[in-house]
Amino acid sequence: MANGILVFGEIRGGGLKSVTREIVTAAAELSAAGGGPVAIALIGDGIDAAVTEACALPVEKVYVVRDTQLAAYSTQGYTAALKAIIAQSGANTVLFAATAMGKDLSARAAAACDAALFTDCTEIALNNGALHIKRPVYSGKVIVEMEATAPLQFASIRPNVNAPAAGAGSAAVVEVAAAVDAGAIQGRVKEVTATSGGKKDLTEAEVIVSGGRSLKSGDNFKILQDLADVLGASVGASRAAVDAGYVPHSMQVGQTGKVVNPKLYIAVGISGAIQHLVGMRTSKVIVAINKDENAPIFQKADYGVVGDLFEIVPHLTEECKQLLAHS
Amino acid sequence: MKIVALVKSVPDTESKIKINADSSGIDPQGIKFVMNPYDEYAVEEGIRIRERLKDDTTVIAISLGPDRVVDVLRTALAMGADDAIHVNDPAFEGGDPLANARVLAEVIRPLGAGLILGGRQGIDDDASQTIPAIAELLGIPQALIVTELTIDGGNVTARRRIEGGDEVIECTLPAAVTCEKGLNEPRYASLPGIMKAKKKEIRKVTLADLPLEANQVGAAGSRSKMVRYHALPERPPVKMIAGDAAQQAKELARLLREEAKVI
Ligand SMILES: Cc1cc2nc3c(=O)[nH]c(=O)nc-3n(C[C@H](O)[C@H](O)[C@H](O)COP(=O)(O)OP(=O)(O)OC[C@H]3O[C@@H](n4cnc5c(N)ncnc54)[C@H](O)[C@@H]3O)c2cc1C
Ligand SMILES: Nc1ncnc2c1ncn2[C@@H]1O[C@H](COP(=O)(O)O)[C@@H](O)[C@H]1O
Repeated sequence: MANGILVFGEIRGGGLKSVTREIVTAAAELSAAGGGPVAIALIGDGIDAAVTEACALPVEKVYVVRDTQLAAYSTQGYTAALKAIIAQSGANTVLFAATAMGKDLSARAAAACDAALFTDCTEIALNNGALHIKRPVYSGKVIVEMEATAPLQFASIRPNVNAPAAGAGSAAVVEVAAAVDAGAIQGRVKEVTATSGGKKDLTEAEVIVSGGRSLKSGDNFKILQDLADVLGASVGASRAAVDAGYVPHSMQVGQTGKVVNPKLYIAVGISGAIQHLVGMRTSKVIVAINKDENAPIFQKADYGVVGDLFEIVPHLTEECKQLLAHS
Repeated sequence: MKIVALVKSVPDTESKIKINADSSGIDPQGIKFVMNPYDEYAVEEGIRIRERLKDDTTVIAISLGPDRVVDVLRTALAMGADDAIHVNDPAFEGGDPLANARVLAEVIRPLGAGLILGGRQGIDDDASQTIPAIAELLGIPQALIVTELTIDGGNVTARRRIEGGDEVIECTLPAAVTCEKGLNEPRYASLPGIMKAKKKEIRKVTLADLPLEANQVGAAGSRSKMVRYHALPERPPVKMIAGDAAQQAKELARLLREEAKVI
């Protein structure tokens, strides 16, 4: 049976996305468990900077498909390129970050390769060579444990599950010739616009400060932003705050918003409705600040503060600023 | 043009999910099954496109699953879908998203659909796999997690959510699109709509109607197997922080740094 682990290297803005380093860590663990050598797959055009970054990671090889047809992301073009890399590398396990691109490509490529695929994994291991994973289902209300039963096996892993791999390697570059047929690409990305102002997206953020309806206005989110700036955090919101027009839907956490997985989640003036909880309850540490001591959010929190957010948050910002200044 | 809206029957968002006695699945007792919320956007978008085109466009709702999925098909009809297909066979049970996609692709293929709409994910298996797998099997382009969709002749422009921004995809028809909140506001079914939907005949499709073998579908056609379900790990009890606002803030900052080590 084929052996080896391939990590799909996600390139945005010319460089390797930091989440790819996390997936390399997961791959290294599988490798240590007998999964075979780890390699990175890179696809695109004008991607030298990403290739250099990938080669410095602790992997054996970096397989590269370069094609002007692949300058912009296209599901079909990238699927063809990835298939060629899988064939040449002999890898039987392919790992992706559970990002927009990672999920778009993994679902398509798994169908194209008749492979097993597990989306949004929070734990992965090998059992006699078969991918054995855990992932949240029913919007995170329960966890399912599953195992692959096909020779080719794919998984996408949530951001913030693994620590990023440090660069210490000097991997060999293998150029892969993939005959990408321009006519077979029926759709591609035309334009990418940033809306987060350079801040980390909620799904990748390590610290999140979220506000609810209680903030009372979009302007008042400034007090959360001040705390977030001190903590290097991203700002999220409940649906009630989004529906009230305080902040855009891209900031919504929950069932019909984003599912987040930070180290620290600070819920400010959020009641803790089930649809909000399912979006954030895998967070490692949860803090709730709420003036109602009976708010359901306290049942899911690690630390609770009962009080008025307009008083507590500015104090907290000040305290954190001082603590972090002395470190 | 024929527009397919794929609709799934899932536990409603308020449902408490309990694991069954042998940990092989969830206990359906007391769960209210509804149309997957993202699939409401798909049905709505299909109807809006039909209303905009004002030609012979029809919207066909399709659901794969046991008898209860007929309810979500009736909901789709009541919203304004023209036809509904119920795909059901004991052989389809236990299919992973790829096995289900194989079935749905063969149901859709003979329809010659120009546009396939679905939800960004089922809020049961949270897989986000079925629609892109169907797109691959049918050899058509895909645009996932779409918040804006424009169809101009045979061309599609779709704005989709990515980390920290948006991406605009251009593709040709036929295409498969998954719908995200923000794409539209799904309408409620009207009373006449509900009455009409009750009487509408729902076409049944079984394995015998499809060019597939039993070992390509359901559990037999799946590339993975379920091992067991687990409840979420319990969190330790919450630590409440007392004092006035200044004291609380100071103590919280200290705990986050020294005890939890997260700042
Ligand atoms: C299908 C469906 C999908 C949904 N999806 C989502 C989703 O993705 N995300 C989501 O968040 N919700 C979602 N909801 C909505 C959810 O049910 C709740 O309505 C929502 O989360 C409530 O937001 P909130 O906590 O900001 O508001 P509220 O429930 O109104 O709570 C406000 C809280 O703020 C506290 N408070 C008020 N003033 C202060 C103050 N000065 N200081 C401190 N605390 C204060 C109050 O005690 C209260 O606990 C969904 C609902 C449905 C039906
Ligand atoms: N059994 C099914 N019947 C009809 N549509 C489905 C089914 N399963 C998935 N879908 C469609 O695929 C989307 C994504 O589902 P999933 O891949 O399960 O996350 C859903 O929102 C539906 O539009």
